[in-house]
Amino acid sequence: MMELPSTITARDGVAMDTNARGRFGDLVFGMIARLAGWFILLVMAGIVIVLVSGGWRAFSAFGPGFITSTAWNPISNHFGAATSIFGTLVTTLIALVFAVPFAFGVAFWLVEMAPPALARFIETAVQLLAAVPSIIFGMWGFFIVVPFMAHYIEPVVTHYLGHVPGIGLLFRGAPYGTGLLSGGLILAIMITPFICSVMTDVFVSIPAVLKESAFGLGATRWEVMRQVVLPWSRQAVMGGIMLGTGRALGETMAVTFVIGNSNRMGWSLFAPGNTIASLIALEFPESSAGSLKLSALLALGAILMIISFITLACSRIFLQRGTSN
Amino acid sequence: MMSAPQSQSTDAGGWQRGGAQAVRRRLVERFVSLLCNMATVVVLFLLFSILWTLITRGAGGLSLPTFLHSTAAPGTGGGLANAIIGSCEQTGLAALIGTPIGMMAGIYLSEFSQDGRIVSLVRFVSDMLLSVPSILVGLFIYLIIVEPAGHFSGMAGTLALAVLFIPIVVRTTEDMLRLVPRAMREAAYALGAPGWRVILNVCLRSARGGIMTGILLALARISGETAPLLFTSLGNLNWSTNLNAPMASLPVTIYQYAGSAYDDWVQMAWTGALLITVAVLATNILARWWLTRNGSAQQ
Repeated sequence: MMELPSTITARDGVAMDTNARGRFGDLVFGMIARLAGWFILLVMAGIVIVLVSGGWRAFSAFGPGFITSTAWNPISNHFGAATSIFGTLVTTLIALVFAVPFAFGVAFWLVEMAPPALARFIETAVQLLAAVPSIIFGMWGFFIVVPFMAHYIEPVVTHYLGHVPGIGLLFRGAPYGTGLLSGGLILAIMITPFICSVMTDVFVSIPAVLKESAFGLGATRWEVMRQVVLPWSRQAVMGGIMLGTGRALGETMAVTFVIGNSNRMGWSLFAPGNTIASLIALEFPESSAGSLKLSALLALGAILMIISFITLACSRIFLQRGTSN
Repeated sequence: MMSAPQSQSTDAGGWQRGGAQAVRRRLVERFVSLLCNMATVVVLFLLFSILWTLITRGAGGLSLPTFLHSTAAPGTGGGLANAIIGSCEQTGLAALIGTPIGMMAGIYLSEFSQDGRIVSLVRFVSDMLLSVPSILVGLFIYLIIVEPAGHFSGMAGTLALAVLFIPIVVRTTEDMLRLVPRAMREAAYALGAPGWRVILNVCLRSARGGIMTGILLALARISGETAPLLFTSLGNLNWSTNLNAPMASLPVTIYQYAGSAYDDWVQMAWTGALLITVAVLATNILARWWLTRNGSAQQ
């Protein structure tokens, strides 16, 4: 009888002890987790601050004209962003024009037409295409696509379309093979798997009842896709496209190999150009620390970041709305 | 879902009857199917074209000296040893730095929702970090590490890769922890386990397979990155494992060699490209296979 209270207090003591240790552990663990979370905020803030402050000299030296100027002259120290912004937007647009229909086609095929055994295999293959490092796309583009464009595609297109009034302007010029069109095509190949995988996920997640009732009314697969699946999943599909756009905007190595790297702005898609990322990759190693050129490159980096942030924000809004349906 | 088209073909619905409109609808359907088939064939063809090009052009350089010798001047029979070891060192270290930070941040996002707005802010920013163009990460590390230190270094390259690595791990960890059933956490809490033990010993443990897969995929992704290394670890023609000095890496070496005018350097670039692609794709296939196997074992 005498021992009972003591054992109870002992047990109480143990329980209190583990409780205290547990609370202490929770405190430490919570601190570590929060620190890790805040570290991410810190890195992002660091990137923004460093790029903007590094580019500030260029922004203040050229003012708003920095964005509209096509100059890029390290000797007279005149720099402008217009050509590379133009190149970035044009290559991304070309990439989307080609990637979206292909991604849609593959996703439609995977979801509705593929034999199940084959679908899994092909889906993996498409995902592997997304995993190939960008420098490989660059090399392949440089050694395979560029000669192919120069010998077969560009002369033929110029021959048939070069004299058409209006759009003919886009297809004139010497067939170098390198240029905005080649850059855009390589980007298209790189972002197709991304867009395709979002589309496949969305198309699969539509409630079966919706599709089955349309099929029950006698609709064809294409009619179901166009009138039921696409309207239902429009926002998520847009989100996926924006995700691909973001990747195309910032892609560096693949574009650097095939775009021709020239600071010219014109109508022809066959003409060499540059993008923000390719310009940074090429010019940065040749600019000395503290120079105005370096600052101009950082300013370009800041502009690229703003463009890709806007794209990403759009994609998130679309994807959230699309999946909350 | 797959069976729906077949099932409707048996009950001779509208589009199988005669009449101009039905014929038109059938033609459109055929045409769209054809286009979709063609799109799939084209995309697969491109993948195989890339692989075929790499194999036919890169296999010629696969010999023992390639793995044993460092890069050397054109015509003197160099290899890729320093680039391979440099890549392994920088990628491996980046993963070592990035995994704990990324996992803790992922835990923060999935388990500390009581922090409210700041959790969603961290999630949003982490997603942004995931899609920041990698060349900007290179610029960032250059400005905060390389410029103050006055020289390029393998450590800078490692940190640039870690910045790319972390958000991928954050995303995977959060997603996988969300899949852990609520009942499992509650059972652990009911046994009197403190919160941190529940998270580490129960949640993380059951999400282990998925998180490992994510880490493998992240590893594959950063091992092929070139742009962030250009201004950070720069590349090195000699054998060097010193983190405080410029360090070679396979992607940067490929970039430097592929644009050169020397045949043997271009050959080495193709061999390097083949090596890195095989490594990246093999890791991907392994990770996916592992995930499907674990996934089906759990069901």
